[in-house]
Amino acid sequence: MSTLEIRGLEVAVVTEKGPIEILRGVDLTVRSGETHAIMGPNGSGKSTLAYSIAGHPKYTITGGTVTLDGANVLDMKVDERAKAGLFLAMQYPVEVPGVSVSNFLRTAATALRGEAPKLRTWVGEVKAAMNALNMDPAFSERNVNEGFSGGEKKRHEIMQLELLKPKIAILDETDSGLDVDALRIVSEGVNRAKEVNNLGIVLITHYTRILRYIRPDFVHVFANGRVVEEGGPELADKLEEHGYAEYVGS
Amino acid sequence: MASTLMTNYLVPSGREEAWRFTPLARLAGLHDGSSQRGTRKSLFLKSAQQAGVTATRVDRALVPSAAPSEDVVVQRVHAEAEDVFSVSISANVSLSEPVYLARLQEKSQGSELSSVRIELGTNAHAVIIMENVGKSILGEDVEITLGAGSTLKFITLQEWDEGSVHAARHHAILNRDSTFQSITVSVGGSLVRLLPTVEFAGPGTSAELLGVYFATAGQHLEHRIHVEHGVPNAKSRVNYKGALAGNEAHTVWIGDVHIRAAAEGTDTYELNRNLLLSDGARADSVPNLEIETGEIIGAGHASTTGRFDDEQLFYLMSRGIPMDGARRLVVRGFFAEIITQIGDEQIEDRLMARIDGELAKAGH
Ligand SMILES: Nc1ncnc2c1ncn2[C@@H]1O[C@H](COP(=O)(O)OP(=O)(O)O)[C@@H](O)[C@H]1O
Ligand SMILES: [Mg+2]
Repeated sequence: MSTLEIRGLEVAVVTEKGPIEILRGVDLTVRSGETHAIMGPNGSGKSTLAYSIAGHPKYTITGGTVTLDGANVLDMKVDERAKAGLFLAMQYPVEVPGVSVSNFLRTAATALRGEAPKLRTWVGEVKAAMNALNMDPAFSERNVNEGFSGGEKKRHEIMQLELLKPKIAILDETDSGLDVDALRIVSEGVNRAKEVNNLGIVLITHYTRILRYIRPDFVHVFANGRVVEEGGPELADKLEEHGYAEYVGS
Repeated sequence: MASTLMTNYLVPSGREEAWRFTPLARLAGLHDGSSQRGTRKSLFLKSAQQAGVTATRVDRALVPSAAPSEDVVVQRVHAEAEDVFSVSISANVSLSEPVYLARLQEKSQGSELSSVRIELGTNAHAVIIMENVGKSILGEDVEITLGAGSTLKFITLQEWDEGSVHAARHHAILNRDSTFQSITVSVGGSLVRLLPTVEFAGPGTSAELLGVYFATAGQHLEHRIHVEHGVPNAKSRVNYKGALAGNEAHTVWIGDVHIRAAAEGTDTYELNRNLLLSDGARADSVPNLEIETGEIIGAGHASTTGRFDDEQLFYLMSRGIPMDGARRLVVRGFFAEIITQIGDEQIEDRLMARIDGELAKAGH
């Protein structure tokens, strides 16, 4: 049982013109087995929240705390956060030229598990994970995210989620750019990870579409760098009908 | 005899365009004749004998160079090398195994001037590997002639120990319909200065010059490419990738491509990319395209020098890979595009391990 606790998180991004304040006091608690949907318009700071928790160097934490089971996440290096059990499925996964998916996955699994996984069982593990997401086995010899279609990138992220078995995962617009079939396949992957590992999920999206496949326990509306309304799944239906207008105008 | 010849050389001062990047004081006298000449002939055939291949030493007077050079080290090699190491591949022979040439280094015994001649007969197909290891002061000229319709993959590995000095020309003359690919790897040595040059002597020819280099503290690695498009319908591609880490690590890449008026239908592109892994290192990169005819298919060049991509490192680290492992992956990946073209797993693994080692030396 794990708990990710975000309290009063304030984050700025440093630009040439000086720092710009983006997150203005975010509170959120995510426990194992819970699914939290974070919904908000473009530019409201959803990705900033995701990156800040994962430790992207571009963002400066100017206030607040983030802890995982009491441990100070903000003090950890990026890889240490992953080892502590955090995972970020990125909105725009990064190309790493010349590094094959199989090499990447094995290096990551070795780092997270503290020893290289046994080759025989590992190959089977990867095959099963790819199979479950309808991915061509030849995929593992391609370079990480290089020339991947939007859908392939997202499947690759969820494949990592299943293989690396984090405690809490943040999924940043995993649904964007997916057609109906891909959305279903990717959602099933997320649901498996939740079932098998009792994963806690932060599901960032601005469409309600994915919530038909991944049922949220809580919905948080995000605008102007903070949570402006919270509720159960019914809040998503309200957003579907009325949009974000009432939250952004202010 | 040597002293009379010496008076004919124009010893560079360092101000010449061709020498302006080179620290002459570190050339160990290869350019001005002041180096203490040894007597060894280090090059030998490491692979087994194969039908259709001869590798012998012949008298210099019997095989005059077909390609004079303005480079003073090459001139010295032509005039003063003890003999010529000559490799020929018979016409219509397709070798199933690479011809592996290596330099056997004993203790430092003074400098060596070495002349190498490689000749491929009509429609011959071969892979030739030249391995340079150990400690050496070497002036070298490798002159390669590709017969009509022949193909050659020419791999040179500069895996020198620290302190080695190597100045060389690798000159390829391509006759009609021949295809040349070179892969130049420079990772060791104190000063390495290579002149990979290509001369198209017939139409339908194509050359691909690939290279990787990795300079760490105090190393000077220089590659001066020259591709001479003097005939119609020839194609050239140049792609060199380098990494630098450590104080006073210096690399120089010059890419001269000349398209003469007669060279209609030329198709050329050259690319140099450098990865600057620390402060105090310097990568000079100078692509230079001279075009005397508009009737070409294409001509372009690009040169980039960048640092580690934070986004790539972040992505890898967010999966639990520590910083040093992430850097290793990125650098290996950067070089993989070219190293994997070698096509020999043992050599590729050895080079990747060496690259890991160079990175570790630089504290990454
Ligand atoms: N490097 C940056 N320079 C300037 N503004 C930035 C930078 N990065 C993010 N922002 C701004 O921060 C805000 C939040 O961005 P983001 O977290 O990506 O929003 P979301 O994911 O909700 O669409 C946006 O207004 C965006 O323009
Ligand atoms: Mg976003």
